[in-house]
Amino acid sequence: MFPSPDFQQLQQTIQDCTSTEVELALTARKPGIHDLAALLSPAAVPFLEEMARRSALLTAQRFGKAIQLYAPIYLSNYCTNRCAYCGFAANNRIARKSLTLDEAEAEAEILHKRGFQHILLVSGEAEDIVGVEYLEAIALRLRGRFAAVSIEVQPLSTAHYARLFKAGITAVAVYQETYNQEMYKEVHLAGKKTDYHYRLETPARVAAAGMREVGIGALLGLTDWRAEGLALGLHLAWLHKHFWSTGVTVSFPRLRPAAGGFAPLVPVSEQNLSQLIFGLRLFDPDVGLLLSTREEARYRDGMLGLGTTRYSAGSCTAPGGYSHPDQTDGEQFSVGDLRTMDEVRMAIAAKGFDPVSKDWDSAFQTGK
Amino acid sequence: MLTIGGHTFNSRLFLGTGKFSSSAVMKQAIEASGTEMVTVALRRVDLDNPADDIMSSLDRNRCVFLPNTSGARNAEEAIRLAHLARAASGSIWLKLEVTPDPRTLLPDPIETLKATEELVRAGFIVLPYMNADPILALRLQDAGAAAVMPLGSPIGSNQGILTAFQIEIIIDQARVPVVVDAGIGAPSHAALAMEMGADAVLVNTAISVAGDPVAMARAFAQAVEAGRTAFVAGMGSRSKQAHASSPLEGTLATDLNFLA
Repeated sequence: MFPSPDFQQLQQTIQDCTSTEVELALTARKPGIHDLAALLSPAAVPFLEEMARRSALLTAQRFGKAIQLYAPIYLSNYCTNRCAYCGFAANNRIARKSLTLDEAEAEAEILHKRGFQHILLVSGEAEDIVGVEYLEAIALRLRGRFAAVSIEVQPLSTAHYARLFKAGITAVAVYQETYNQEMYKEVHLAGKKTDYHYRLETPARVAAAGMREVGIGALLGLTDWRAEGLALGLHLAWLHKHFWSTGVTVSFPRLRPAAGGFAPLVPVSEQNLSQLIFGLRLFDPDVGLLLSTREEARYRDGMLGLGTTRYSAGSCTAPGGYSHPDQTDGEQFSVGDLRTMDEVRMAIAAKGFDPVSKDWDSAFQTGK
Repeated sequence: MLTIGGHTFNSRLFLGTGKFSSSAVMKQAIEASGTEMVTVALRRVDLDNPADDIMSSLDRNRCVFLPNTSGARNAEEAIRLAHLARAASGSIWLKLEVTPDPRTLLPDPIETLKATEELVRAGFIVLPYMNADPILALRLQDAGAAAVMPLGSPIGSNQGILTAFQIEIIIDQARVPVVVDAGIGAPSHAALAMEMGADAVLVNTAISVAGDPVAMARAFAQAVEAGRTAFVAGMGSRSKQAHASSPLEGTLATDLNFLA
């Protein structure tokens, strides 16, 4: 299993990096984990433009001038966990809702009409409401209509992931939120999610079940983002080594305003986020990097081509929010980029990139 | 320290025993090389005869005896040879060689994978000789190979590491040790493989047919050690060359003024 990183040691390693080590990392043909530490370090800040340049180059070589688009469908905001930063936390008084299969299909239909082919099913952790049977039933209903259906729900067993893969789920996102065990304990106050290790081992279960892709990530704003980045690099490299036929993507969700009023514990600026993205791109030229609508339009447009490869668009984070745009008081967080899918598409094209809706095919999985 | 199949090796130079002018020279070369792993072609030895030239020259307390299936044309032949070797020698180590083309002696990937699966199931420590194919290396390690042995160039060709690009990928991805086997014709080739991050190299012809095989064995030992030390010291991954510009560069906007 992936060994829990010693967070303090990661921080120390990063702090000790010198600008010479940054220069070496920038010229390394294949940057290793120590190079990543240097690229994430304070010593690398003066090199941000050079990092951006190299990141852009690698991204263009590997992914071309294309940005893949996806949208989330929030299935349910019921949650048995109490996570200090999340609007869905069990103790928050928000309008709770979980979609019936028909309602979920109606949401999907709206996204389909808007031109989405890649969708991400999201829910809080409430196994009685959104369990494997429910997810399986939705997958079976949607897989004929979409090129790829991913999930971001509570951690499941390997057997359940295998079952969902068979039903048509292509990929699973499960973010550690923080690789800092002490901080993890501090913000995960109740519920199954309090188990740091079970969550840490989840990406490996996803891969072992045969999923095409697993998404990892850290929630930025809880603790030292530099060390989170290095931990993500370690996790990424470990997954590659042990599950070489599973694709990996990385997300960098920055904390957004949400019910409960949790304020970020540490500031993470756009410059910080950019350094993290460029650093990971230099470390792994092949990894898919996501930039969601948590970020503002200005930032997302500016980052086009510099390292990230997948954008969500037109997202609503409340269950049923596409069918009922007036009822979003049950949202997980408020988004930063409020543009529609078409507006995002146009912005991408205006910068000389191809907004790609379809980059997979359900035939890969539905063929018997 | 290098560990394969639960056994720890101080030396990262493995030796083949073919083509020596005499078993006495072979014995001296083995000693001079400091090797702790020696491979022997099953077709060359008589395991039932304690007085066999080659077998009686090997100090099995100092060296792991690694029988190989050289000459096998398919999985079935290799598996049969392996079982016979285990019965006669008591060794569960096996260097798997399946080479259907007698001219190039290049390994058959499909039969090698098949035989690896079966021999691992049967309890052997399997080290498959393979072409430098990264996906095959991954498939072999998944099948339970204790190490993978990609070729640098065709066996006996002394051409060095012609497959450097693929070997680099194999080293990068492997969870098991990578032993570069075949084609290593000079100590500098061995040093290069080690600098690239190979865990060990296997050398035969370059030593056995040298003017002075014993001196050459020593030279290889020094080269392997130098290459390994250089790799650990962190060379190779650094190259100022990577600064070279590419035609793509000018077309990419890297203006960061949009940052808040």
